[in-house]
Amino acid sequence: MNIAPYLLLATLEGLVQASVLMLTALGLSLVFGVMRVVNVAHGEFFMLGAVGAWICATLIPGPPAVAFVAALVLAPLFVGAIAWAADWAILKRIDYNPEATIVATIGLMYIIQQTTLWSFGPNAQAVDAPFYYTLRFPWFGYSTYKFFIIGAAVVLVGGLLYFLRHSKVGLVMRATQFDRETAQNFGISVGRVYSIVFAVGAMLAAIGGVLVVPAQQAHYLMGHDPLLLSFVVVIVGGLGSIPGTIAAAILIGMSDGLLSVFFSPTLAKIFSTLLVALVLVFKPEGLFGKAGR
Amino acid sequence: MVLHNKKLAALCLAVLVLLFALQFVLSSYMILAATRILILAVFAMGYNMLMGYTGLLSLGHAMFFAAGVYASGMVTYYFGVSLPLAFLIGILGAFAASLIIGLLVLRTQTVSFMIVTLMFAQAAYLTTLYFSRYTGGDQGLTLPTSARSFRLFGQILDMTSDLTRYNIAFAVFAVTLIGLYLITQGPIGRLFVAVRENEDRTRMLGFDTYRIKLVAFTVSGTVSGMAGALYGLMFGFVGSSFAAFQTSIEALLYTLIGGPGTLLGPLLGTTVMTMLIDRLSGLTTAYLVVIGVLLIVVTLWFPAGILGTIRNRWLPWLK
Repeated sequence: MNIAPYLLLATLEGLVQASVLMLTALGLSLVFGVMRVVNVAHGEFFMLGAVGAWICATLIPGPPAVAFVAALVLAPLFVGAIAWAADWAILKRIDYNPEATIVATIGLMYIIQQTTLWSFGPNAQAVDAPFYYTLRFPWFGYSTYKFFIIGAAVVLVGGLLYFLRHSKVGLVMRATQFDRETAQNFGISVGRVYSIVFAVGAMLAAIGGVLVVPAQQAHYLMGHDPLLLSFVVVIVGGLGSIPGTIAAAILIGMSDGLLSVFFSPTLAKIFSTLLVALVLVFKPEGLFGKAGR
Repeated sequence: MVLHNKKLAALCLAVLVLLFALQFVLSSYMILAATRILILAVFAMGYNMLMGYTGLLSLGHAMFFAAGVYASGMVTYYFGVSLPLAFLIGILGAFAASLIIGLLVLRTQTVSFMIVTLMFAQAAYLTTLYFSRYTGGDQGLTLPTSARSFRLFGQILDMTSDLTRYNIAFAVFAVTLIGLYLITQGPIGRLFVAVRENEDRTRMLGFDTYRIKLVAFTVSGTVSGMAGALYGLMFGFVGSSFAAFQTSIEALLYTLIGGPGTLLGPLLGTTVMTMLIDRLSGLTTAYLVVIGVLLIVVTLWFPAGILGTIRNRWLPWLK
């Protein structure tokens, strides 16, 4: 048996997964880096992005590309608004206590999931890709839309990095991450920065959801795997470190894609959960080490 | 032996008498509900031991509950082990699991402790699904009729009889309550609370805090697993859902509602929540939303729970 086509397919699938994962995990990483809290509802923001794309596709007439572009703008805004509201109504009031935040975001996760189940229904829904063009390899055809996902993720992540490094807001975010008290002394409104970061983190996950939905399907429980994999990426890559997160997303996305082709997905998931746990147990200083402050 | 906190001892005794008397007044449906409440309360009490008294918030206690369920259920199902022995094997399984996991996870703190316990529990849950050829996975295993009754001191005890089940659950609950009373209200309990309040200072005073936490973790996991073993054997069912994330969250919620760090809080929390969920179960999965809302409401406005609030306001001995 010739293994080359399988490897090529697995690599392509891995790259697509790595790109989506990069966006989602960066959202989680940004929130942890700046705010020092873990958002367990992050996967639900991803799911809401995907469901948002489906809503846009059903409501907006015309070619699928129009609805897709609209979804790419509207769904993240909608999700960002929800995240902003959650930050204002819950996280601010518990003063971003790390443990209480986890418990509260677990609550948020259930609420978002069930509300989606009620309104959206239990069935998986497909969304048309904005364009159909299949690239013919000698062994199989591959949707160009998936290449678009990779490209879009690279552009967005590049944009985010540029924004963090070269804009005023990015500077303020990094200052808050570096030293919250000093930032406050310099007149930075830390509360406002937190709200923005939480919303931006959620929006990144939502964009990941919008991008993935033409290749996958929208379902109210689809947030679980992105959440788990984002945890893996953020922890393996070093918490709050953006370059580490990007590198880990590519590594994990690729290896998960490869593993899932050759092994059962459940086994791959067991492997990744144990990886997270053992990294945190045996190498905590580079990862969650600073959380103790 | 010195009896610390006599008022609480009297209250516990009163509660036990009341629980015993309930079987003469309740309808058979309510007896069944009360049986479930008692077993789940044992689970929550085990959880509370770690979360309430020692201040370690685990998100993975489903794995210990499931360790009890599977260890006891599988030996009964595959090897026809008698129920009392299977129950002991279940406790032993949970003890081994919590000791090994405890040795690992107690190297971490606060947020990473929560994530690590969650991840280990997820790995355990996925393992029960992966080996579904043996565990039955989601479908689970239903224990055979031969495993629905057992002989003890010449008496045949039938696991399909409501009253027998209630009294067994009551006995296990009573033993747990008394055991945990002795642990938490005595000198060891003070060490647990010392670790919760200020771990560094406790260490500075010369105590080995890692060891204290390991004791708390193992006791907590073992008691949770005992509840699991009891639940599985009594209702004759072993399944992956016991290992799911939601099981951990239920223990957390029962404890939070009742009052973390109060001996009777988990019983109260379990009773309130089980009643509430029973009422709401007509609305399909509505209760998940209720769990979500309550988790947020409790964190925002009610972190001490019902008994914790009463303790802080009026009755300082209620701990």
